[in-house]
Amino acid sequence: MTVETPDVLVVGAGPAGLAAADAARKAGAQVVLLDAAGDAGGQYWRHLPAQRPAADERILHHGWDRFTALRGQEVLTDAQVWLAERHDDRPPTLHVLVGPADGRDRVRRTFAPKALVLATGAYERTLPFPGWDLPGVFTAGAAQALAKAERIAVGRRVLVAGAGPFLLPVASSLLRTGAGVVAVLEANGWPRLAKAWSRRPAELLATRHKAGELAGYLRDLARHRIPYRAATAVVAAHGTDRVTSVTVARLDDRWAPISGTAREVAVDAVCVSHGFVPRVELAVSAGCGLDAYGAVVTDHDGRTTVPGVYAAGEITGIGGADLALAEGVVAGLAAAGGSASEVQRRQRTENQRFATRLEAAHGIRPGWTGWLGDDTLVCRCEEVTAGDLRAGAEATGSRGLRSLKLSTRAGLGVCQGRVCGRTVEELLHRHTGGLLDPGRTESRPLAAFVRLGELAAAEEKEPL
Amino acid sequence: MTTTGPAGLEPHRDPVRPRPAASITLVVDGVPVPGVDGQTVAGVLMGAGRLTWRTTRHGRPRGVFCGIGVCHDCLVTVNGLPDVRACQRRAADGDTISTEEQA
Ligand SMILES: Cc1cc2nc3c(=O)[nH]c(=O)nc-3n(C[C@H](O)[C@H](O)[C@H](O)COP(=O)(O)OP(=O)(O)OC[C@H]3O[C@@H](n4cnc5c(N)ncnc54)[C@H](O)[C@@H]3O)c2cc1C
Ligand code: FES
Repeated sequence: MTVETPDVLVVGAGPAGLAAADAARKAGAQVVLLDAAGDAGGQYWRHLPAQRPAADERILHHGWDRFTALRGQEVLTDAQVWLAERHDDRPPTLHVLVGPADGRDRVRRTFAPKALVLATGAYERTLPFPGWDLPGVFTAGAAQALAKAERIAVGRRVLVAGAGPFLLPVASSLLRTGAGVVAVLEANGWPRLAKAWSRRPAELLATRHKAGELAGYLRDLARHRIPYRAATAVVAAHGTDRVTSVTVARLDDRWAPISGTAREVAVDAVCVSHGFVPRVELAVSAGCGLDAYGAVVTDHDGRTTVPGVYAAGEITGIGGADLALAEGVVAGLAAAGGSASEVQRRQRTENQRFATRLEAAHGIRPGWTGWLGDDTLVCRCEEVTAGDLRAGAEATGSRGLRSLKLSTRAGLGVCQGRVCGRTVEELLHRHTGGLLDPGRTESRPLAAFVRLGELAAAEEKEPL
Repeated sequence: MTTTGPAGLEPHRDPVRPRPAASITLVVDGVPVPGVDGQTVAGVLMGAGRLTWRTTRHGRPRGVFCGIGVCHDCLVTVNGLPDVRACQRRAADGDTISTEEQA
């Protein structure tokens, strides 16, 4: 089997990976940039496929000119990295399948790069609530992806709820895709939001591009008279085979629902997001160290704890696209053997301050478990409820996350705990009075679902 | 036209001003379903107003949840191959989609 050995391999063609590959190329490196998706852009610049051109697509986007400049480079698309094979003294060997998603005849490619930049981004964290598995309940990111890349609105009367500034672009995209938005609900109250966002205002000037973007979304809400309610959450969804209404309640500052404040709202779709989780499985396989939030630890050049492996974008912490771009430039230059200028480094630091505020203003608070019922599903794949988790912990008396997952099946389904893993871990932590092996949720030997038949067929053709 | 559930935006009402695109047809459980070239399988199904296409072991209906390939709620069988994420697989004209045999 031929092993390709580029100077720099960049995994992920979102804002961070695009910027990293571009910077590394400009520094003279021979670069391969790849992405599992059918197109470059990542989550932020998810867009219509080439087969569906549109005259004014930029109205769905920010920084579109930056994207059109970056997307000109060569990108290997439909390329799923499924395994990072670790070495002690150099970057891992990456195993890649290229072809239609989940297909059976994909082409197998192997890369042993001199330097590796991981820019795999993040996925959403959605907290469970009664009825959250009813059809018509979506992650906010799903609504965003369907609006931007398919021009499909998830419903006609849509409620957007959860925590964080990301709820705002989702509402704007829904409006531009023909949906009615009932309201946007933010779990955090005004005191917390104001404290985090109004402190040291001069600091925010450096990230005024981001502030301008957010102001635009708020104008959209005002123009359509859509209420933005703080300290409020969807605490249940109702319906038989699809959502027809939700219960909305006020929250206290720990996110516990306040009794007597519940009211029912008719909807045909709900879009929920409580934050993001860095997508670290390749980094973990490569041996990179993680911080307390489960993000990859990097130094000021984007170096991880493994020699020759760099990381940029939301895999290193949740901070938005501008930070991802700034980190990409710095990491790409370092991976190519160069180093960033003072200005480039400053852009990274300034945008990191925005990320710190994001967590201070919108991070998940523990009172949310107050809206769980015993029969609320926690693990969607294996259909394990909150009550099953408590009973499992009580019955076995175990304080081991691994053994409790095995006995309850929570987090062991086909999504490998990507949707419920952190929630399962938090709930078990409380039921057991403290887990003995916390933080194992992010460790997955395979970065993607692969068919054994596909690998066997590839091996027959070319022995390993 | 139904007034609830998912819906594709008609091109003449779309503010991004789409240019003409080729149409495709999928055969979903034996029934032809029209779509636009470049859409995912999930996009075609939802554009046709469909919200779910799978049931769990406990009989709960499922369709798209995460929309980005993470949750595996949206699995379908494409041209006889099971366990394909409908939100990630680009639809090809004439693809046969079966929603019945998914676990
Ligand atoms: C669904 C969703 C929608 C979002 N929409 C917005 C928005 O509209 N506005 C906003 O401000 N923020 C949005 N965000 C937040 C967003 O994560 C960041 O702002 C920005 O996209 C981060 O850039 P990134 O380059 O770090 O990662 P991403 O943009 O997430 O890019 C990571 C890329 O890595 C690829 N990848 C991951 N693993 C592998 C693998 N194993 N093999 C091959 N490729 C892989 C992915 O396909 C992806 O394209 C969204 C997040 C999500 C999850
Ligand atoms: S909707 Fe989650 S994987 Fe397709």
